[in-house]
Amino acid sequence: MKTPSRHTALARRSFLQLGAAGIAAAALPLQAAADAADADAAIREIFGDKPLNEGRVSVKLPPIAENGNSVAITVAAESLMSPDDYVRRIAIFSPRNPIAEVALFKLGPRAGKAEISTRIRMAGTQRIRAVAEMSDGTLWHGSASTVVTLAACLIG
Amino acid sequence: MKAGLALLSAFCLTACGDVVADTKSPPAQPQPLQSGYEFLQPQTQALQDDDFANPGFLWIDRGEALFSTATASGSACSECHTDASLPLAGAAAHYPKIDAESGDLINLEGRINLCRTRHQNEAAFEYESDELLSLTAYVAYLSRGTPISVDIEGAAADWYARGRDYFETRRGQFNLSCTQCHDDNWGKKLRGDTISQGHGTGFPAYRLEWQSLGSLHRRLRDCDAGVRAEPRPYGSDDYLAVELYLAKRAEGLEIETPGVRR
Amino acid sequence: MATIRIAAPDTASAGEVIELKALIQHPMETGYRSGPDGKRIERDIIEKFEVTYDGETVFEADLQPGIAANPIFTFYTRATASGPIVFKWTDQDGESWSETHDLTVE
Repeated sequence: MKTPSRHTALARRSFLQLGAAGIAAAALPLQAAADAADADAAIREIFGDKPLNEGRVSVKLPPIAENGNSVAITVAAESLMSPDDYVRRIAIFSPRNPIAEVALFKLGPRAGKAEISTRIRMAGTQRIRAVAEMSDGTLWHGSASTVVTLAACLIG
Repeated sequence: MKAGLALLSAFCLTACGDVVADTKSPPAQPQPLQSGYEFLQPQTQALQDDDFANPGFLWIDRGEALFSTATASGSACSECHTDASLPLAGAAAHYPKIDAESGDLINLEGRINLCRTRHQNEAAFEYESDELLSLTAYVAYLSRGTPISVDIEGAAADWYARGRDYFETRRGQFNLSCTQCHDDNWGKKLRGDTISQGHGTGFPAYRLEWQSLGSLHRRLRDCDAGVRAEPRPYGSDDYLAVELYLAKRAEGLEIETPGVRR
Repeated sequence: MATIRIAAPDTASAGEVIELKALIQHPMETGYRSGPDGKRIERDIIEKFEVTYDGETVFEADLQPGIAANPIFTFYTRATASGPIVFKWTDQDGESWSETHDLTVE
């Protein structure tokens, strides 16, 4: 517990999972909470301390998700995808999920196009971040937000 | 826990504000009829519309495989049910129905299990087992696009009345009936959701909440639990009756299996 | 058993960038939820998804519990030579499932 705002975030998160798993889920492990600092740390752990350049990475998410269990996401990086200029890795990070790292994708020049779509879990409204590592070692960063709404009925 | 209580009262304030206690009046059924699909966010609709990505197809693929695989006794469903003889296209739209042999009301799950015990010499599948869900979803999928049309005459009449009664009776700690949300207040907001008309046309459906495919009875159990009433068992007479009432109430809407719901 | 769905073209011209889609039935249980009995549901996730084609790994993903149940991936590869594209999923206990799609390059 670092700040009062973190308390609020936790209460809200417990809530969403309550909706997902029923009343019995009320006893959630409090340590299971990431925050913005955890996402930064996860990025450094995977990609090192190099500066994050803003741009070249786009994150596509719906503005509103009616359930955080499965939210469609597309991450793309601008790159020629030629033998000497390509995207090596792309990773997705959540500042609010219990684990900040969501997935790490390894590509190569043979991918032809640096674009990946999948579906992710979102433990509440947040700005999802993506980092791409190019073949020249530079890191690029993009992000997008989704509002995760609360369902009508708590027991689902 | 505090947050939970706050929410519980929020539910009641929103949902119970302008409801009427009279359950004897004729059913104020929704007009025009709108599938649950119409009340979803666009990206959830898109998932249902995508015949590759819709996760319900994982169960339908399995159901199709089970349908054409010989059981231990040696017969596969597909041996009796071909395009020429006993075809199943459109059949699911007429369930629940009275089983001529026993006189009981059965739904699609019940029919599949009767086929197993009567014709395949196999034990019935457990309700909500992956096998029964997969076969039910596959057989319902064979009727995708067929308008629902059920018989509520004769022996079915009492079942229909019982289902309507269940639908219109207040129950649970919230003292809410199905009709108060799904007949009287559909289209209005309940927290983040828009209340649907409560049709079962997409079931078995993939619910994002469940992260899985599930039966209509699982959905009904969630509805009962949602108003803090004791859920009835899977395949219980109460839920079979409600299933018939819902099918009649949704008459004309098309089967959507595999639906995707929030 | 796990049901797998693959969407990929059967034929492509050399050099063409083709779209591949893969879906597998798996709960991706996070380990953070409790069941109806109040007990924690054990973590059970697919940790690795790997695609090989024409002698090389062309796509690889390390997955965390933040990936939704029944994981789906859409991604791309450049058609080089006729041959099998192999999709392979491996869970946290080392159990794996795979599916092969044959691509003809004209």
